[in-house]
Amino acid sequence: MVGLCAILLVFLPLISGVTNGLFCQYFSKKQASIISSVAIVTSSVLATFTFYNVGINKEIIHITLAEWLVIAGIKIHWAIYVDQLTSIMFIVVTWISAMVHIYSLGYMKDDSGFVRFLAFLSLFTFFMLALVSADNFLQLFFGWEGVGLCSYLLIGFWYQKKSATNAAIKAFLVNRVGDFAFILGIITIIVYFGTADFIEVFNKAESFSFVQLNCFGLRESVVDVVCFLLFLGCMGKSAQIGLHVWLPDAMEGPTPVSALIHAATMVTAGVFLVARCSYLFEYSTRVLQFIAIIGGVTCIFAASIAIVQSDIKKIIAYSTCSQLGYMFLACGVSAYNAAIFHLVTHAFFKALLFLSAGSVIHACHEQNIFKIGGLRDKMPITYCNFLIGSLALVGIYPLAGFYSKDAILELAYSTGGIGSIVFILGIIAAILTSIYSVKIILLVFHGKTRLNFDDFNRVHEAPRIMNAPLNLLVLGSLVSGMIGHYILALDKPNGYFRESIFNIHIYRILSKHPPLYIKLLPMMVGLVGIVLGIYLYKKIVTKIKIGKIENILVNKYYFDELYDVVIVKPLGTLSKVLDFIDQKIIDRFGPQGAVQIANYCGGAVGKSQTGYVFNYTLYIVLFLIICTNFFIINFFIN
Amino acid sequence: MISSIGLEHYLILSSLIFSVGMFGLFMHRKNIITILMSIELMLLAVNINFVAFSSYSNDISGQVFSIIILTIAAAETAIGLAILLAHFRNSGSILISDINQMKG
Repeated sequence: MVGLCAILLVFLPLISGVTNGLFCQYFSKKQASIISSVAIVTSSVLATFTFYNVGINKEIIHITLAEWLVIAGIKIHWAIYVDQLTSIMFIVVTWISAMVHIYSLGYMKDDSGFVRFLAFLSLFTFFMLALVSADNFLQLFFGWEGVGLCSYLLIGFWYQKKSATNAAIKAFLVNRVGDFAFILGIITIIVYFGTADFIEVFNKAESFSFVQLNCFGLRESVVDVVCFLLFLGCMGKSAQIGLHVWLPDAMEGPTPVSALIHAATMVTAGVFLVARCSYLFEYSTRVLQFIAIIGGVTCIFAASIAIVQSDIKKIIAYSTCSQLGYMFLACGVSAYNAAIFHLVTHAFFKALLFLSAGSVIHACHEQNIFKIGGLRDKMPITYCNFLIGSLALVGIYPLAGFYSKDAILELAYSTGGIGSIVFILGIIAAILTSIYSVKIILLVFHGKTRLNFDDFNRVHEAPRIMNAPLNLLVLGSLVSGMIGHYILALDKPNGYFRESIFNIHIYRILSKHPPLYIKLLPMMVGLVGIVLGIYLYKKIVTKIKIGKIENILVNKYYFDELYDVVIVKPLGTLSKVLDFIDQKIIDRFGPQGAVQIANYCGGAVGKSQTGYVFNYTLYIVLFLIICTNFFIINFFIN
Repeated sequence: MISSIGLEHYLILSSLIFSVGMFGLFMHRKNIITILMSIELMLLAVNINFVAFSSYSNDISGQVFSIIILTIAAAETAIGLAILLAHFRNSGSILISDINQMKG
């Protein structure tokens, strides 16, 4: 019964996506919206039921659906594996996705590609569900690539826009870089462990942490190499520093897509993978430290960029990047449970923020926050939603973000060592977070409007179909932290995730109790940040001074420019050179040369075929004369 | 006087006639009937050869052959003219320059 539920909840989005996708010509908008929303809402209800059974009653579901590959003793199955970790991901993915679906019914209703859009959204959800319910690395990779594909389709949804298609290609290519490392990681696992099943790999993890592997002349332990490669894949998908460049550009897609990518699917895949493979990562201290550093740097780096951006969606995008940094920071200090906790709460308030931002954009067709302003009275509900989302993001008690961010920073602090460094990074990022949150609220909703008079009068509250799903997200932003903390004990290493997440130092962490001021520090700095933000942005609207640092921030640390110079341009030149060699040398003397010789010979022979009888006669006579001469000469020689 | 005409004279005559026929075949570029005539001329040159060799080697079969060739040449000319007629009906012209459908 529970198993059937799990199967259904994974495949319902696929069914609705495929149906809508195949028959998008024949379905009216209404039919398509009914199909997809019914499917996704049913899926969410089933996910809740599964969560109740698996998460709370702790009955792990493991169903093998079909055999996929059998090669040289390695068997790979299509399976649905639901443990506590998966079931909570089911909840997040399906519910957020359902809210985004319903919101899209309002947001996209005038778009000509409406049915196609719904089909892509459903497919996206399916791939994410397939990813989290995998019981082996290859199925996970299937979902992993699937979400990559769907993100490409959705970011480039408005394909008539050049910038959108460019952003889609960029997202796909940058992800490809990470995916390549991920593939190498899977290959290494299959070669050394002889299997791709999670359970078997995790059982062998400890013994393989002592096995050495020769890689480019360095002798590393197998687990170190595998973890490093897997984490590179996560960096691509979860937009960590270095491979984050696709995330802000992904804002070219419709806003519901941004909400879905940033909150429930795609970017959380990396965090999920690290948490799922905690049994591996725990045996690789160095990679964990690397993850912590990358996470810490990303969270402060992205937050600092977010402060100076002027596009409302880009700010929230960089905010996501920064919060993902928090999650990896937590993974790096072995606080996987806190990472997943933050993933869940973040999913709610980030989806809320994105969808509210979508309402703002929908209402005034403007994304530059310096050109909006004063919407508080026009859009009170959206204002409220946005405020709650921002406070949850900043981590104000008792909203969702408080508990999860607190859990991360607390566990980072109590780990010590590298943990203390990333703890400081996290605290600084928390200040920056509240500054940019305040910035958006002040510039978009407060003050005098900077929209022109007609546009401002036309601004109105979003329609009910768009506001309704937000209510549930508000609820999630309000209580998910409390539920996670008080009921499920997500933030305790030995709490909810006891069976599905492994922590080698669990007793060391449990024995430590950080002082109260450490627990309250994240909120304190959040409040400081808010005050600072209000002070900074109350009057700054008219005078934006660009200092040297701000210049760097506005240009996003010149990452795009750097990649352009280091990778894109040389690649372009190399391609041109190769193209020249291919066209002018290989083709010219290879296939083209043969063609030309045949053409030339054919032409020459063809010219002799004049069609006139007298010419043919001449040929015959000439041939006879030559033959006769030949015989005569032969005769005389002999 | 007669005995001074040897085999060589016949052969030279016949090769001259043959050459005339052959050149007529590919030098003349106007009319198909002249081509037929040229072919006839070449056959006659061959006949002269046959007859000359037959009389000099006292073997009657060469002359028999020449009679057969004459018959066949007549038949061939008849067929050639028939084809020509059919062609003329189809294309309305017997100029050689118009017959180049086989042009490559």
